[in-house]
Amino acid sequence: MNIVVPIKQIPNLTDELEINSEGTHLDHDALQYVLNEFDEHAIEEAVLTKESAGGTVTVIGVDTTGELNEALHTALAKGADKAVKITGDFPRGTASHTQAKLLADAIKGLSPDLVFTGVQAADDRDGQIGPMIAAHLGLPYVGVVTGVTVKEGKAAVHKEYAGGVMAEFEVSLPTVIGVQAAHQPPRYAPVSKIRQIAKATKIEEIAGGEAVGAGSSVRRMFKPESAGHAEMWEGSPEEVAEKIVALIKEKGLLKG
Amino acid sequence: MSNDILILAEHLNGKLADITFEMVGKAKQLAAAFGGKAVAVLLGSRAKALAESIGAEAVLYVDDPALAEFNPEAYRLVLAALIKERNPRLMMMGNTSMGMDLGAGLSVTTGLPLIAYVNGLAADGGTLVATSQIYGGKIQAEAVPDGEACIVACLAGAFPVDAGRVGAAQVAAPPVEQIASPAPLGDLKVKFVKLIQPQSGDVDITQQPILVSIGRGIGGQENIALAQEVADALGCAVSASRPLTDAGWLPKTRQVGKSGLTVKPKVYLALGISGAPEHLEGMRGAETIIAVNTDPKAPIFDVAHYGATCDMLDLLPALTEKVKG
Repeated sequence: MNIVVPIKQIPNLTDELEINSEGTHLDHDALQYVLNEFDEHAIEEAVLTKESAGGTVTVIGVDTTGELNEALHTALAKGADKAVKITGDFPRGTASHTQAKLLADAIKGLSPDLVFTGVQAADDRDGQIGPMIAAHLGLPYVGVVTGVTVKEGKAAVHKEYAGGVMAEFEVSLPTVIGVQAAHQPPRYAPVSKIRQIAKATKIEEIAGGEAVGAGSSVRRMFKPESAGHAEMWEGSPEEVAEKIVALIKEKGLLKG
Repeated sequence: MSNDILILAEHLNGKLADITFEMVGKAKQLAAAFGGKAVAVLLGSRAKALAESIGAEAVLYVDDPALAEFNPEAYRLVLAALIKERNPRLMMMGNTSMGMDLGAGLSVTTGLPLIAYVNGLAADGGTLVATSQIYGGKIQAEAVPDGEACIVACLAGAFPVDAGRVGAAQVAAPPVEQIASPAPLGDLKVKFVKLIQPQSGDVDITQQPILVSIGRGIGGQENIALAQEVADALGCAVSASRPLTDAGWLPKTRQVGKSGLTVKPKVYLALGISGAPEHLEGMRGAETIIAVNTDPKAPIFDVAHYGATCDMLDLLPALTEKVKG
């Protein structure tokens, strides 16, 4: 089983996001980048699939940050077998359409049976890369998937709808799957192991082609204005707890 | 190119999702500005009655046994053929579990741009302006397509629902044009097997008067007991945001949000929950929302009635103590 996992780095959302002086994009240089959390699940599901069905896992990404090696080394430490980096003049915040085209061109040469992508990323303004890669490769795509079982050239997948309802699909391989959550939480890789891999492993590099662009242009970026804001309670945890209990009592939900 | 707008109707278990009506209502406004028609597209099998309940200016009903259930491959083939044939100004779909399987792939096969996570759409002169909610709800991006035609994926709840529903004020039943599939659907690589209903047997969080709801701020699985103690003292249940159920720390039945359950308790304690759009969709209808998060800028405070910025791990034991009196 030849499994490929395309990954994407995105701004760390726990940081304060600053907008550039033109008001059209994030001030990317001021931001710290991390691996898209859904990609963590895609890597985990790929490694789990390899462990049960055999095969190899190749992790591949477009280096938009100059820091992709770290994410690739971490994936290797978690059980991926091979890492590929697509290089070129692709800045932070490179459109999904461009990343998907570059990834698809590189993945074509890898002849995958299964491609696992994170179902979405927080910066997918022009769409998710999974379905785009599938379209470029002429493969089927099913996303929002929380479980994949591979058997006899087919993948049984569970796709989530709203309200906890799921659908089961049977998909012929090769296929692209958009992973919402792996069968189990993404495993942890010790820093010592990542460092060791960083020293011992060479990451394969592929020069990327042309950027295709998003097909749309942002003319204004802004932070949402909230319609309202909570009345803030100051004070110690004990004082806050007291206010919460008073409110619950006021509503008649607690006696005393 | 025509000036028409195609809207993909979304349905499951014989019921149209609200997003269908929301998009149709918006599409009628935009179509009027563009000088075209708002045409809903319903893919199904023996589903003409559903088509008749969509308050669009016309409904194109594609009937094929292969479309009896949602199938991402079949839907993509049909929509790609329809876009090619009808050349719409705009194709609208939900940025939902179904729509997310379709829009980005269609953008590649049709060459039309996709603007996703859209919660605002306007016709500015003759130009379509689409506003996306990105970066976990922290940023709004207002964009225009490079060409005139475009695909947009709209977030649930972005537009009023009634303007697109037959039976609401001044919304008449549409003319329905029934057609056979414009693309062959005989040899699909994706096969629908079955629908799986949510597991039951756990606490029903939709029936609780109070919810102690926890998010990433809980830090580790070992701290969930602290939240459970508060819930036990209050005689209610612990619920959670998506990351905790994905991590397996709590069962899926406890997940509040778009892909989990929608809850409307009298008091919702949102502890260590930042308030991602996915979560807000499932709890904003609660009677009173109290949010506790160390980040004073967390979006949860925009929907909460009361808030505090203390550490939830300090608050939980204090709360247990106060409740026990």
